[in-house]
Amino acid sequence: MSPQELVNNLRSFLPTESVLHETEDLKPYECDGLSAYRQLPLVVVLPRTEEQIIKILQLCHATKTPVVARGAGTGLSGGALPHAQGVLLSLGKLKQIIEVDPLARTARVQPGVRNLAISEAAAPYGLYYAPDPSSQIACSIGGNVAENSGGVHCLKYGLTVHNILKLRVLTIDGECLEIGGESLDSAGYDLLALMTGSEGMLGIVTEVTVKLIPVPEKAQLVMAAFDDVHKAGNAVANVIGAGIIPSGMEMMDKITIHAVEEFLHAGYDLDAAAILLCESDGSAGEVADEIGRIHAIMQQSGATKISTSRNEAERLKFWAGRKAAFPAAGRVSPDYYCMDGTIPRKHLADVLRGIEKLSQEYGLRCMNVFHAGDGNLHPLILYDANQPGELERTEEFGGKILEMCIHAGGTITGEHGVGMEKINQMCSQFGTGELEMFHAVKAAFDPAGLLNPGKAVPTLHRCAELGAMHVHRGEEKFPELPRF
Amino acid sequence: MQAMIDQYKAAICAAAEHKTPLQIRGGGTKHFYGNLPIGQSHMLLDTAAYSGIVDYEPTELVITARAGTKLVDLEAALDRHGQMLAFEPPYFGEAATLGGCVAAGLSGPRRATAGAVRDFVLGVRMLDGKGGDLRFGGQVMKNVAGYDVSRLMVGAMGTLGLLLEVSLKVLPKPSAGKTLHMQLDEAAAIKQMNQWAGKPLPISATCYAGGELFIRLSGAESAVRAAQVTLGGEEWVESEVFWKSIREQTHDFFQSDKSLWRLSIKSTAPPLSLRGEQLMEWNGSVRWLLSDESASAETIRRAAKDAKGHATLFRGNALHAHVFHPLDPGIMKIHRTLKEKFDPAGIFNPGRLYPEL
Repeated sequence: MSPQELVNNLRSFLPTESVLHETEDLKPYECDGLSAYRQLPLVVVLPRTEEQIIKILQLCHATKTPVVARGAGTGLSGGALPHAQGVLLSLGKLKQIIEVDPLARTARVQPGVRNLAISEAAAPYGLYYAPDPSSQIACSIGGNVAENSGGVHCLKYGLTVHNILKLRVLTIDGECLEIGGESLDSAGYDLLALMTGSEGMLGIVTEVTVKLIPVPEKAQLVMAAFDDVHKAGNAVANVIGAGIIPSGMEMMDKITIHAVEEFLHAGYDLDAAAILLCESDGSAGEVADEIGRIHAIMQQSGATKISTSRNEAERLKFWAGRKAAFPAAGRVSPDYYCMDGTIPRKHLADVLRGIEKLSQEYGLRCMNVFHAGDGNLHPLILYDANQPGELERTEEFGGKILEMCIHAGGTITGEHGVGMEKINQMCSQFGTGELEMFHAVKAAFDPAGLLNPGKAVPTLHRCAELGAMHVHRGEEKFPELPRF
Repeated sequence: MQAMIDQYKAAICAAAEHKTPLQIRGGGTKHFYGNLPIGQSHMLLDTAAYSGIVDYEPTELVITARAGTKLVDLEAALDRHGQMLAFEPPYFGEAATLGGCVAAGLSGPRRATAGAVRDFVLGVRMLDGKGGDLRFGGQVMKNVAGYDVSRLMVGAMGTLGLLLEVSLKVLPKPSAGKTLHMQLDEAAAIKQMNQWAGKPLPISATCYAGGELFIRLSGAESAVRAAQVTLGGEEWVESEVFWKSIREQTHDFFQSDKSLWRLSIKSTAPPLSLRGEQLMEWNGSVRWLLSDESASAETIRRAAKDAKGHATLFRGNALHAHVFHPLDPGIMKIHRTLKEKFDPAGIFNPGRLYPEL
């Protein structure tokens, strides 16, 4: 089917404004939050109903046209990067909150609903939706399901997979499946877990039922400065070893502290090698108790300066710096590249030392922010895309950081997904047997391989080529190799 | 230990070649659970010997152990560091193993607030139907590389492969606890449990039995004390004994020859008009039913479906009904394909979950 025929076919059941195919209309969809990867799709469709999506999928299935789903486009791994011969399926128009059930503590929403909008709708009942990725004002719940998004509170409250109950999913041939349920478990295999984090490779989510939990009565924050990263890492272990699960536990390194403080004046200690933010939430008594213990542990762990938020404004001010880390990176450097590895926390100091060494080797600065409670590290490599070769060096540097995470017993992606970006590192993290099984799982849902082809799971062929050539990211010779 | 894995591999390859079904068995404590296996001449694949804790770092909140590790040993190791398996798995016998716990996918009283087994599984090492030694997930809490195959193993009743090792997230034990009880009728109890669950209260378990609502509070001393004032009711002194009797089904309610059904439904569903005694857990989202066969499996399953859930014949005569709730055709199709991929010769516990698998 020619592109024009495809457009005509789509227009036979979709309103004109729901089918975009002129280059200037396609342009806004050429990338997601990872703008280093760009590709125009053949056509963008913006359906408003599930029936329309079914027809789109049936058409694509019949014509063997690839389909890439897109939510708000805030993803950071190129998961929503369009396919040159495919349809980009935007779910952004499906943004209805269908039902909030305060007694059962659930909300049933369409995939394009923004993460934060769910909590706003639940707020009158004293409830909220717990996972809070940093993009929560913009990112959609459908995208959160696709990526299994976390947030700064997930050590205590879990990831998307822990906070959803049920999905309505369309398979590539337009069949509707109900996965999970309104009870706490369902019969058969846990397909809900399989769907969560599947990066749009298995099906199209058209409705999500999420769990809502009560808003804690109070939250308070301890900010502790350390003259040594190792001591800060130990302080985190000491808090957890004492039986405390903080609602948030974040670490920033020296270069981040300086970038942020200059920008925001959050009151961070500029002499510190690392700053820890440790939050407690719960009832007033519980928080008072826990904050006291955290304060004492920070002191015993060798903190050079400790401040406790005295009120809500101060708590938010302490947080503001951490939340501004990415914009601050953008302020001190023309471009930055955000990595996302997870490591067992005990290896933090070693991994940070390794990053520091690589930073010198590549001549590129690197800021480190760290979801310290759960070991999720976000190195931000600072570079200038206008300097020839600098993006390539950055990608190579990033790739080495991820390899280091694997060697430390961790993973190449904690919460951003594999997408397009980390597809080569999947060859390092998994062996042939596991990758074959991933392809088998994909085939169980999408035998023709039309949903988001080329993402998340590399072909064995690709891995073999990589292994044989020891090719680094950015120097890869055959990007056109078939992948599914 | 590698020698044992090699033995398992050899057994799997031989079974696949001769299409001899394998019955995977850990401690044998959940033998009663699930359908009777299909086919004759099963070979027993005993995993109890493949045991031991591989790695445990209390401050990382992660433990990795071999599938044959006894739950009692695992929990003792955690207890020494003031930690626990927050999903409170039922043992149904001292011999219960980690592998069986994950394969059966059963969770105890804390499930409604803390999460289920599947919520705490971080990674698995397993052998597939071709004897392939595979690792999915890992030992870290945040990991989105590849599909979540490790959680797929939870509750699969061993039909997808032989679990070798499992990594779990663990949590600190609460420092204080207390159980309250009060008399309420069933409808009021359902409403009350759900209302409380929507408030920031340190409730870690609920149970409605014999016209009384039991509520367990767990957390910081101050939070438990404050909640006691809010909730009212009387203190139940034999707290630990009571919740253990619910977790292990040694409570009087469960001492019966009748079939025991587990209806997992929407927590706010009104009282079910099914004949037989009932006991509720998990804020009303699990209703245990003792049925004397006067209600047919179909009636029970329809009631569960109407209440937005499913029904399992937990203990009883599996000759009369399939144990697990029938799946929609589209979902079953995916199950069958997954089974074919993980276990092409169909040797792992055939029929234990569904006749088709």
